[in-house]
Amino acid sequence: MRLRRSLPFRVAKGFAIFWWDFLVGDTPELFVAALAIVGIIALCRVVWRINVLALVALPVLCVLALALSVRRAQRQLRKE
Amino acid sequence: MMAVSVSSGTFVLVLAVFLASGVEMVEALTIVLAVGHTRGWRTSLYGVASALGALVVLVALVGPALVRVPLSTLHLVIGFVLLIFGMQWLRKSILRSSNLKAKHDEDEIYRATVAELASSEPRRRLDRIGFVVSFKGVFLEGLEVVIIVITLGSSAHRIGLAALAAGAAVLLVTALGVVVAKQLNRVPENALKMSVGIMLMSYGTYWTGEGLHVRWPGGDVWLLILVGIYLFATWFLVASLRRGEEALAASSSR
Repeated sequence: MRLRRSLPFRVAKGFAIFWWDFLVGDTPELFVAALAIVGIIALCRVVWRINVLALVALPVLCVLALALSVRRAQRQLRKE
Repeated sequence: MMAVSVSSGTFVLVLAVFLASGVEMVEALTIVLAVGHTRGWRTSLYGVASALGALVVLVALVGPALVRVPLSTLHLVIGFVLLIFGMQWLRKSILRSSNLKAKHDEDEIYRATVAELASSEPRRRLDRIGFVVSFKGVFLEGLEVVIIVITLGSSAHRIGLAALAAGAAVLLVTALGVVVAKQLNRVPENALKMSVGIMLMSYGTYWTGEGLHVRWPGGDVWLLILVGIYLFATWFLVASLRRGEEALAASSSR
């Protein structure tokens, strides 16, 4: 017999699944890259206190993350 | 300088929210039309109304709580979410523009939804399956619009303006939907998705920086510079992917 979960449990589960799909989904590399970018910029700005480095590194790292993700997708699509 | 700064930020905000909401609503409308055609309009519209009601309740609960969050934390979390969302949209539109992925999903979504609904039990006055499909489609796509409005609007302290832009997009797409019925594949979805991806990424970068106390010289004029950087990067990636695919096709035909 299938166990029927309570409504709050199902709502919480649905909410968690939505955010997982929304932020991670089929591009976990972008989620990891965004976390890494935040970490690097926090180091530049909060620890080393170099504003110019943070200012330049932020968009450059974002473009790099996007390019790597696109390249990964290209390889996967070619295999298919 | 201040006037230029304020207007450039506002312009990007309104455009980003309007286009993003439009794209999401095209997807929701595709599902609503598919349910309406196969399971009846009554069921489909009940699903839409229920989803809109649920979204209103959600906004009423979440909205006031956001005011209590410290500004730099809010900027960082919002920036992070927008950055990922923007990169996901841009990645998909780059792959589509490079012909690595099919350009239109709407026909496929419509066909899949119709096939799924047609294979189940015949229609009743208020069809449960049709209601759930319509509700889920509008609620999930609407939730993305809500997230975009709340994140972009609250960061720029223009939540009312963001909500207006989203409302205008919803009305426009609904009006278009009534006119074109199921010909939503004529909407240039990929170009819209690419523009939105660039703008969301720009906002995400800007607010992530703000959250981490990065000082942007010239304030939100930097949003336009970021839009320019990501536009160039997108063009470069599309061009290099296309070249790669053409070279592969040429070498395999030899």
